[in-house]
Amino acid sequence: MARFRLLPTGATARFALIYFALFAVSVLLLLGWVYIRTVPMLDRQVGETVAAELRGLADQAREGGLPGLVEAIERRAGDGGDPDGVYLLVGPDGRKLAGNLGTWPEPAKGDGEWLLLELQRRTESGLQSREVGARSFDLQSGHRLLVGRDFGARARYAGALVEALGWALGAALLLGLGGGWLLSRNVAKRVEQVSGTARQIIRGDLSQRMPKDGSGDEFDRLSDSLNAMLQRIEELMTGLRTVSDSLAHDLRSPLTRLKGRIELALRGPEDPAAYREALEKALAEADHLLATFAGLLSIARAEAGAAKAQFEPLDLARLAEEIGELYEPAASEAGVVWTGEIAVSAPIYGHRQLLAQMLSNLLDNALKHGGAGGRLSLAVRADAERVELTVADAGLGIPERDRQAVLQRFVRLDESRRAPGSGLGLSLVAAVAKLHDAELRLEDNAPGLRVRLVFERGPAALS
Amino acid sequence: MTTADGTLEQSDLHAYSKGRSGRIMRILIIEDDAQTADYMAKGLREAGHVIDHAEDGRDGLYMASSGEYDAVVLDRMLPQLDGLKVLEALRAASIETPVLILSALGQVDDRVTGLRAGGDDYLTKPFAFSELLARVESMTRRRGPSAPDTTLTVGDLSLDRLSRKVTRAGRSVDLQPREFQLLEFLMRHAGQVVTRTMLLEGVWDYHFDPQTNVIDVHMSRLRQKVDKGFARPLIHTVRGAGYMLSAED
Repeated sequence: MARFRLLPTGATARFALIYFALFAVSVLLLLGWVYIRTVPMLDRQVGETVAAELRGLADQAREGGLPGLVEAIERRAGDGGDPDGVYLLVGPDGRKLAGNLGTWPEPAKGDGEWLLLELQRRTESGLQSREVGARSFDLQSGHRLLVGRDFGARARYAGALVEALGWALGAALLLGLGGGWLLSRNVAKRVEQVSGTARQIIRGDLSQRMPKDGSGDEFDRLSDSLNAMLQRIEELMTGLRTVSDSLAHDLRSPLTRLKGRIELALRGPEDPAAYREALEKALAEADHLLATFAGLLSIARAEAGAAKAQFEPLDLARLAEEIGELYEPAASEAGVVWTGEIAVSAPIYGHRQLLAQMLSNLLDNALKHGGAGGRLSLAVRADAERVELTVADAGLGIPERDRQAVLQRFVRLDESRRAPGSGLGLSLVAAVAKLHDAELRLEDNAPGLRVRLVFERGPAALS
Repeated sequence: MTTADGTLEQSDLHAYSKGRSGRIMRILIIEDDAQTADYMAKGLREAGHVIDHAEDGRDGLYMASSGEYDAVVLDRMLPQLDGLKVLEALRAASIETPVLILSALGQVDDRVTGLRAGGDDYLTKPFAFSELLARVESMTRRRGPSAPDTTLTVGDLSLDRLSRKVTRAGRSVDLQPREFQLLEFLMRHAGQVVTRTMLLEGVWDYHFDPQTNVIDVHMSRLRQKVDKGFARPLIHTVRGAGYMLSAED
C-alpha cells in the first residue's frame, strides 16, 4: 500500500519548485520585454498628441483670436478634459491667462523644442511632482503658450504590468505547488508500487512482475524493461536449477561407480596388476566426468550471452570445410560415406570457437548415432538473407515426440544409452544456436536425423 | 620401452621427455592451492626439473622478477595479487620468462585475455598432468632463440617449409596440405610430447576438446605416409598423453 503524503518530498518537490522558478523567470522576462518595447511607443504617442493639441489650439486662435484660444484652453484643461493634458497661456507680462499650471516653467524658452519637465501639478491626490513632456511657443502678440502631457499613462501602464506580473507569479506558485503536489503523489505512488513489487521479489517470489497502467508512459516502459530483466533472471535461475538437478543426477552415478571401483580394489587382493587396472578404470571414469564438466561450461558460457563480445564476421563455409576436413577421415574410417556440399562463401557474424565446437558436436553425434546408416552429409548454403547449415545422417533418427527433449541437458534417448557421451551434445548446439539467434530445427531425414540451422547472413568476412 | 607399433607406455613418458629435451629447467609454480601445487611440483620434479613454489601473487611476482626461471606456471586467481596483474607486471619489467597460465575459469574468452596479457600458453583446470608437462616443455622450446628454419630435420626425415617438400631417406613423401601442417608442428616439437588438444590448437586453430578420435585418425594417416616401409618409426604414440616425433628409440 502506497503511503499517502500530504506534502511532496524529495525529487518531485524539487521538480515543482524548479517549475515555479522557471515559470516566474519567464513571466518576468516576457513582461519586461513587453515594457521595454512599449514605452518608446507610448512616449512617441505623447509627442504626437501634443503636436495634435497644438494644431487644434492654433486653429482656435486663428478663428477666435486670443479669447477663442483662452476659451479652448479652459475647456481642455477643465474637468471635462483629458486629466493628462497640461496647458498654460501667459500674457506678455508673464501673467497666467488660462491653463492648469500655476507658473511658467523656467526651462521653457518658447522656441517650440520638445522638453521633458519636472512640474508640480495638482492631481486628484493633491500637488505632485510629475514628469511632463511639453512644447512651448512665443505667440506674435507676446503671449506664450505651453502644451504638454503628463507621462502618467506610462506610469499607469507600468503599474498594470507589475500587477499582471504579480498575478502571474501567484498563479505560477499555485500551479507549481498544486501541480507538483499532484505530480509527486502520482509519481510517488507508482515508484512505491514498483519498489513494493521489488521487495516481494527480494523475499523470494520471482514470479512477480512490475505493475503497469497500460498508458505506455515512462513508468510502463520502465516496468517493461524490468519485467524483461526479471524474465531473463527467472529463465537463468530455472536453467541453473535444471543444471544442478541434472548434475546431481548425472554425476552421481559415475561418481558412485568411481567410489565403488576404488573400494573394490582396496578390499581385493594386494595385487599390483589389479590395482593398476582399477586405477586405469577410475581414471577413465574421471575423464568422463571432466568431459561432462567441460560440456556444461561451454553451454553455460554460450547461454550467458557474454560470449557475444567475441563475435566477429566469419565465413561459415570455411569453418564447415575446416571442421568437415577434421572429421572426414574419422568418418571414412568408420565406413561412412561423406557428402560435403558447401557454398563458396557464407558470411555470418558469430563466435568462431563456439560454432566450431557446435559443428564438431553435430558431426560427433552423426557419427555416433547415425553411423549405422553409412551416410553423412554436411551442407552450407547461402542466399541473400540467410545462411543455412545442415548436418544429416541416415541412422536411427529421433522420434518426433523426443525432438524437443533432446535439446535439454543430459537427455539421452534409451536407444543411445550404450554409446559413449555425456548427453550434452545437442544442448550445446541449442545454446550456441540461441546465442546466434539462429533457428534450429531437427527434421526427419527418412531415415536418420537432419539438423538444420538457419543464420542471418552477416557482413562479408575480412579474410 | 617402445612396442612394435611405436607406442610408449605412460610410465615411460617422464623418462622419455627428460631424455629428449635433455635440459633441466627451473620452473616457478605460482599457485595458492597447496594440493594442486604439490601435484604439479611432484610430477615436474619426476620429469627432472627444479621447482620453486609461491603461494600468492605478491611472493610469486617477487620470485619471478629475479628472472632466473626457465618457465613460470601461473594460476589466475591468487590471493594478494591477481594472476593477470602478476603477468602484466612481469612483462612491464621486461621479464620475458615463458608463462603458462592456469585457470579454472576456462574456455576461449579467458584464454584470449590471458594470452593478450603476455601469457605464452593457457591451460584450464582440471587438466591432465601430461598436458601440463607437454605444454611447459613445448613453451620453453618455442621461446628458443633460433629463428624458424626453412628446413626442419628429424633423423632421416626432412621438411622444406618454402618448397613444401617432405623427404624421408631421400624418398619424397607426398602429403596433403593439412598433413603437411601436422608434420611441421610435430617436427617443431620433435622430442616433446604433443597432446591432441595441442594439435587441434596448433594445426587447426580450434580450442575445444574433441570427444572422438578425430585427431588419431589424422595421425594414423600421416603415420602411414611417413613411417610405412621404414624399419624405425618416427611417430610415437604416448599412451594417455599424445604423440611424439623422435628419431631415437
